Amino acid sequence: MLSRVAERLYWMARYLERAENTARLARVYSYLMLDLPNGVGLSWQQLIDITGNQELYRKHHRTSGERNVMRFILSEPENPGSLISALSMARENMRTTRDLVPSEGWEHVNELYLFARKKLAKKTLPKGLYEFLSEIIMRCQQITGLLAGTMSHGDAYQFMRIGRNLERFDMTSRIIDVGSATLVARGAELERLEGRLWTYLLRALSAHQMYRQYVRRQIRPDIVLGFLLHDMHFPRAMAHTLGEIQSCITLLPHHEETLKSISELSRQVLASDVGKLYPQGLHAFLDQLQLELGGLHKEIVQTWFAPVPDQPA
Amino acid sequence: MKIDWKTYNPGNLYDEMISTPGNARTASRGLASYLQSLSEKELARRQRAADLAIAEMGVTFTVYTEGENIDRAWPFDIIPRVIAQKEWSRIQEGLVQRVTALNLFIDDLYNEQKIITDKVFPRELLLSSKNYLPQCAGFRPRYGVWAHICGSDLVRDKDGTFYVLEDNLRVPSGVSYMVENRGVTKRVFPELFRRHRILPVDDYPAQLFDMLSSLSPRPLDFPEIVVMTPGIFNSAYFEHSYLAQQMGAELVEGSDLVVCKDDCVYMKTINGLQQVDVIYRRVNDEFIDPDAFLKDSVLGVRGLLRAWRAGKVALANAPGAGVADDKVVYTYVPDIIKYYLDQDPLIPNVPSYRCEDKKQRDYILANLEKLVVKPANESGGYGMLVGPHSSAAERSKFAGLIERTPRNYIAQPALSLSTAPTICGRSIEPRHLDLRPFILQGERTYVTAGGLTRVALRKGSLVVNSSQGGGSKDTWILETGSN
Repeated sequence: MLSRVAERLYWMARYLERAENTARLARVYSYLMLDLPNGVGLSWQQLIDITGNQELYRKHHRTSGERNVMRFILSEPENPGSLISALSMARENMRTTRDLVPSEGWEHVNELYLFARKKLAKKTLPKGLYEFLSEIIMRCQQITGLLAGTMSHGDAYQFMRIGRNLERFDMTSRIIDVGSATLVARGAELERLEGRLWTYLLRALSAHQMYRQYVRRQIRPDIVLGFLLHDMHFPRAMAHTLGEIQSCITLLPHHEETLKSISELSRQVLASDVGKLYPQGLHAFLDQLQLELGGLHKEIVQTWFAPVPDQPA
Repeated sequence: MKIDWKTYNPGNLYDEMISTPGNARTASRGLASYLQSLSEKELARRQRAADLAIAEMGVTFTVYTEGENIDRAWPFDIIPRVIAQKEWSRIQEGLVQRVTALNLFIDDLYNEQKIITDKVFPRELLLSSKNYLPQCAGFRPRYGVWAHICGSDLVRDKDGTFYVLEDNLRVPSGVSYMVENRGVTKRVFPELFRRHRILPVDDYPAQLFDMLSSLSPRPLDFPEIVVMTPGIFNSAYFEHSYLAQQMGAELVEGSDLVVCKDDCVYMKTINGLQQVDVIYRRVNDEFIDPDAFLKDSVLGVRGLLRAWRAGKVALANAPGAGVADDKVVYTYVPDIIKYYLDQDPLIPNVPSYRCEDKKQRDYILANLEKLVVKPANESGGYGMLVGPHSSAAERSKFAGLIERTPRNYIAQPALSLSTAPTICGRSIEPRHLDLRPFILQGERTYVTAGGLTRVALRKGSLVVNSSQGGGSKDTWILETGSN
């Protein structure tokens, strides 16, 4: 399989997952802002911080009210992390690898992009924002399901799985980071607000029901954190996504070095002591994981996407 | 739209199917009476079935000017064009003769240049040729063949004679449409294939694969063959990916390949570097290697020409083959055939005038409204003047161009291309067409059974190019038994 093609499939899956997760993030955040009382410490600016695009945002906007932030996250073409950019990139990568992917895959991605572009064309936010975001999430899931059910699970598919899980790991860590927001409240009031905040974070990852079923304990930041970091079975838990990447990688040629790095990353995630991390150490810990993730991506690129000539000309 | 051949009048043009109103030519008789037996509803249903089949197959032709919308359906007319096998065999021989002579000619130009020494072909023409690549001189590819894939355009004049209009020796396209058109016709008119014996065309990818394999520099059972494309935005990308798929070859872009110190070409795969033996390149000469040609090309591979000259990789077509794909050189083809093969051409050239010859130029300038003026080095029907359909302003523009750079132009009498019945809205009307057969030459030579028939869908138009409003038809070479 050509390296270029593998790389495009990897990015296609990453961007598709990114689109889905951006919609999740936007959806949960707009609800959180409605439900948390004013002045407890959560602001729209933090949503920009989570996505890591503070500088670019400042170039475009001076204030960070709901409309500006949401538009930046959803429809700003110059923001590479925006929903519309992610869908557009997913589409471009899919278009150039159409031969390898069932044709319905291309059709759905194309339609999804056109749908979002139309809805996001206006200067205002789409009417029925919640329904719009939910539809984006559902359609992304449909595409992922379609490919899982109709595409041979050979090398091409493994690269998509790697991309999807890597991106998922990334977004779970960003969504958890919302929880490191210091809430300005005390005593019973703080506990109540924290409970509400972390319930939303679980919902953002579609994890609420599974948490109830498998953890069977009250919603407390450290317990939720333990679930989202260490659970091996929940698809959006970080340990699980790393397990998925690991199982893909073992199927690919020349995987020894990359496998070592990912095992090390898994070890770090599983060994983390959530009781001690929350709340002060959480942000720094997640930052560290982001760095390691960047390193893992580089290693994947070097191993499979950019083979170096033995005797360069 | 019910067909009644009595009301179909090709006038004084040569029609491929109907000689005079109500009378079909021998080879087309079965088809004509079958079509006439269909009800209007039936015929419309078949056309819809064809449109659907095309949409499903994704047969599209990219057109640059359509911006974001790069996939456009390639119009297909369901009424096939029929040629009797007996007539075709002669054409086939003529094409083999022509390509054989052209390859001898190219090989001679890059090596001994006997044809110039013997004063059959003028040296000045070679020196002023845009497509002659001095970087290729002194090299001889396997079998002495430079143009491995050739698409020659044939047209018929009023009297029914086939002429060669031009030879495409660089990166001719259209063959995938030939194969797919047959697939569509089989779905639309299955009963016709039971009644008629029609030569199959779907062996082309296999023939192409065998020809490319025969070029491999390494004696392997499984040479690594790749199709090299400029990418998704190229107008023939669909075809590149189609052929790669059909041959089971990788579809690569320039950035997928690398030439190493050992002069071998490798492709970058997830398994590491893998050696490539044969490159069917659909990238034009000037872009294939920034070291040898255009320095800022991002479509090519650094060192590709070096690898080719070292004999480590085969390129099809060989760089520089385009020297014979020049409309001025075209006018010498009859002499070229005579010179190398000592034969008369089996298929005639369209009579042509050379602008660089003073006497012929004067004639051309005086008769522009009767002639077709063609640039020596363009393809796709761009940059030409169709005299009878031109305005005075266009003619004076071309007169200026010819006087400034006579070497860049030739002129031909405007042929009245043959026509064939074509569905136009709700009626059946004659439309002009041509035929592009494909010739493969490697260890052996192969000619497609028929080729791609392109039809000018606009009334009266002579331009059949898909980039300029042309469509296509299935082409049948019909076994007519003893007839």
